[in-house]
Amino acid sequence: MTNTIIWTIAIITVLGVVLALVLYLVAKKFKVEEDPRIDEVEKVMPGANCGGCGFAGCRAFAEAAVKAPNLDNNFCPVGGNDVMAKVAAILGYEVKAKAPQVAVVRCNGTCEARPRVNEYDGFSSCFVKANLYTGDTGCSYGCLGCGDCVGACQFGALSMDPATGLPVVDETKCTACGACVKACPKRVIELRPKGPRGMREYVSCVNKEKGPVAKKACANACIGCGLCAKTCTHEAITVDANLAYIDPAKCKLCRECEAVCPTGAIHGVNFPKPLDKDAVKARINERKKKAAEAKAVETKKED
Amino acid sequence: MLDVVIALVPAVLCSFVFYGWREILVMAVSVGSCLLLEWAITRYMLKKPSTLCDLSAVVTGILLGLNLPYTTPWWVVFIGAVVAIGVAKMTFGGLGQNIWNPALVGRVFLLVSFPTYMTTWSQPQGLFGADAVTGATPLGVINEGLMGGASVKDLMAQHGYDYGQMLFANLGGSAGEVCAVALLLGFVYLCVRKVIKPWITLTIFATVALTALIFWGINPDRFTGPVFNLLTGGLILGACFMATDYVTSPMSLWGGVVFGVGIGFLTMMIRYFGSYPEGVSFAILIMNSFVPLINRAFKQKKFGRK
Amino acid sequence: MGKRTFSLGGVHPHDNKISRECRIEPLALAPTVYISVAQHIGAPSVPCVAPGDKVKVGQVIAQPGGFVSAFIHSSVSGTVKSVGPRADLAGRPFTHIEIAVEGDEWMEEIDRTDTLVTEIPADNKAIIEKIRLAGIVGLGGATFPTHVKLSPPPGSKCERVIINGCECEPYLTSDYRVLLEKGEQVVVGAAILKQVMGNVPCTIAIEENKPEAIAHIREVIAKLGYAGIEVMEMKMMYPQGGEKQLIDAVMRRQVGSGALPISVGAVVQNVGTALAVYEAVQKNKPLIDNTITVTGECFPKQANLLVRVGTPLRYIIDSLGGVPEEAVKVISGGPMMGRAVANLDSATLKGTGAILFLTEKQTRRAPETNCIRCGKCADACPMGLEPFLLQKLSRAKDTEALEANAAQDCIECGCCLYSCPAHIPLLDHIRVGKGFVMSAIRARAAAAKAAAEAAKK
Repeated sequence: MTNTIIWTIAIITVLGVVLALVLYLVAKKFKVEEDPRIDEVEKVMPGANCGGCGFAGCRAFAEAAVKAPNLDNNFCPVGGNDVMAKVAAILGYEVKAKAPQVAVVRCNGTCEARPRVNEYDGFSSCFVKANLYTGDTGCSYGCLGCGDCVGACQFGALSMDPATGLPVVDETKCTACGACVKACPKRVIELRPKGPRGMREYVSCVNKEKGPVAKKACANACIGCGLCAKTCTHEAITVDANLAYIDPAKCKLCRECEAVCPTGAIHGVNFPKPLDKDAVKARINERKKKAAEAKAVETKKED
Repeated sequence: MLDVVIALVPAVLCSFVFYGWREILVMAVSVGSCLLLEWAITRYMLKKPSTLCDLSAVVTGILLGLNLPYTTPWWVVFIGAVVAIGVAKMTFGGLGQNIWNPALVGRVFLLVSFPTYMTTWSQPQGLFGADAVTGATPLGVINEGLMGGASVKDLMAQHGYDYGQMLFANLGGSAGEVCAVALLLGFVYLCVRKVIKPWITLTIFATVALTALIFWGINPDRFTGPVFNLLTGGLILGACFMATDYVTSPMSLWGGVVFGVGIGFLTMMIRYFGSYPEGVSFAILIMNSFVPLINRAFKQKKFGRK
Repeated sequence: MGKRTFSLGGVHPHDNKISRECRIEPLALAPTVYISVAQHIGAPSVPCVAPGDKVKVGQVIAQPGGFVSAFIHSSVSGTVKSVGPRADLAGRPFTHIEIAVEGDEWMEEIDRTDTLVTEIPADNKAIIEKIRLAGIVGLGGATFPTHVKLSPPPGSKCERVIINGCECEPYLTSDYRVLLEKGEQVVVGAAILKQVMGNVPCTIAIEENKPEAIAHIREVIAKLGYAGIEVMEMKMMYPQGGEKQLIDAVMRRQVGSGALPISVGAVVQNVGTALAVYEAVQKNKPLIDNTITVTGECFPKQANLLVRVGTPLRYIIDSLGGVPEEAVKVISGGPMMGRAVANLDSATLKGTGAILFLTEKQTRRAPETNCIRCGKCADACPMGLEPFLLQKLSRAKDTEALEANAAQDCIECGCCLYSCPAHIPLLDHIRVGKGFVMSAIRARAAAAKAAAEAAKK
């Protein structure tokens, strides 16, 4: 009996040692040499593997960052400037801080403003719907309302508002990874800078039809009247194909365009005070008066 | 699924008539717990709308009930339902996503966990019968007898097994083993309604008959014959209702034939050489595992391509 | 001996040919027509008229925009009001030529008499040129420019001309009525096509649910004395009239993936196209009108109308009493492959074949449940595909696997969706998946072309 036990212990011990040796040798022989910095960079990454940087996951980003000569083309929108600073420190590169961005839904075609003209009974996906036709409202450019963007967001930042039928972005959760932008077949969602203290102005419409046609389909449409572009003193607004667009780089958040827009297509978010349209319009008229007076004086001088 | 329930009605009624009120209880517990579990899991764990209307839980409940002896305690039946619906079906994603036939998984689980309950078969006494007499199924008897050294012919004569009896079932067995005619009626109904394709079932029967024929031809004392094998055990129930389940069977014609051959052959091997007397459940479950591979191998021939 | 049919799949919907007794009636002219420049496969045509121009019926108003393109003629006489974007039936903007109708003046060269002209000109090249100038496109629904189909690439040879009179879509009866009422013209048209393709045998395929048409056409062929044209009775099955399926049924040859029918020696033309060819070659009449079936169980007045191209749908429907109360869906085409109309102000195209009204009960989709892997869709697919797999791959956007599983072979017939017991919208997903694969194929071809050109330099 004792013999059996002793033999068992001995054989198993020997087997264990031999196998451990084999494993050790194999691990040594087939080890893949990697730059140790890749692991270090990967440790500081947020680990969401969302693809917002353009690479297939955080490890792929780390590999690309280590191989790249500088960090100009590699930016992690989820980690933001904090993480990039850490990565730069590890790799000894310099990195510029980028202005944080947020996803903006550029459509305000609510159920009330943009009535349905037909009923869609197909599979509930914006992609499939767009493949079939232009949508169940009179506007052939706007949000289709099936929520592909909500499904694409890995951070839970998007949700459909049942009252308006439009997606809503939760700024606190949005990491500007761009998944929703890619998911939307109508290109309604755009990544725009968050703005100082989160304030920003944008045209909430993507309809390129002529004014009367757009307005017939949706009460909140941009009719391409150009009033905003004419009013803007910072040359931030361009009107192309019956649609106004505010360049976030040039916009100074004066909200004058928002005040003069006849359909309310221009939106300002996160401003501390609500917009007093009359006050702003008065300011604009004052400025125009002064400019006209100054011009009159000029011409008088030339005479 | 409604068609499958209708097709099973004759067999269920037969079992009630042969086995009496205890069988009704077993069937009620089985179907009831399957429905309850599916509803509870769908509503509270998956938080999706209820899928009870597709009647798949009812079918699983009936098949599980038919697979169990009528003396099974209700709590054993309930555990079987938990395994069948909860483990074999819902953990894989619900209807259409399971790899193994849920009723069979439940049955096999019970067989392995509660062998005494599951292998004690009683002589049917009818709806108004008196005491039950415990005993083993014909397959069980033959199996044990063979291990004891007797020959098939002797055992058959000793116990008075008659093919007529087996067909119209007055022998011990699970509710599904009895009344082959009722089961076959249901099968014909499903074929006529074009709900199932008959080739899987027919292939299983053919393979079982052929294998039995070969082995019995070689040694009639050791091996039971084709007719005996076709009529006993859960073969007819398994071949008609479990092997033909859409979700767990191959989709193409030739894939189905391979599937059927596999089941038939494995059933016979387990019956002849394995220690379990009944092989259909295991055979079907093993072949279920191969179905994704079979589907890959036997793809549809595409138009215009070689 | 069973009637001929194709080898794989197919479904057997009820044919619902409730308008089969309606004779073809010309519809009164609408006050305005809107003629699209994108009515055919290939490059859209380029308008060659401007607002203010006066046009006559049959006058060219748009030139072909490329090799695979077609002439477009005015279907009315009047004044051009505008040339600009207008929404089609799906709401998408396409250039339309708006013409205010004044009178009904035709171009002088068009022969408007009813006499049957049976003498076929001998010059094949001239015939094809006439077909090209007449703007004839395939009227079976695909609208492929006919003159291109009749000019096979060098190296391919036509062995049989098949005239497609199957009309396998339920509800549609326009081809059936054309066969009955204009059978002689159709047969002469078939003879013209036969001659142009090299005097090869010609088969007119008609489904078995049209026995009167079969009998009539056989009489006409015997009366006119054309050799080499026969009528083949086909089994009633959907999609018997699909080009590839019909070639398989008639010639027992299967057109390969991505290949053209001419690669197996077949040229298939619809009955309506054969009629249009007759009118173009023998009567100098360009393609300016076509027969449309207006039908539906809830529609009180069934009709087969001869409608000028560009007529607004709303005008057609209102002339027959307006959209019925119970109708919830208006389809341009048949119930299997037709397109739901989202914009009733859109106008008819050369390829418009029917206007179908369906009720809520007939068309509301049942809620979708899980796929139970029953394989009914794979059994029904006439192209031998596996729709259950394709829809899963399409949802996962797996382009490589979609191509490996031949998503690009899908003819979008709808048999899979029709057979699915779980009510999964299979075709919706497969269409999307097909789109992925076609983009990938086109991108590859473009890249290969660019690489070849770079290598040349």
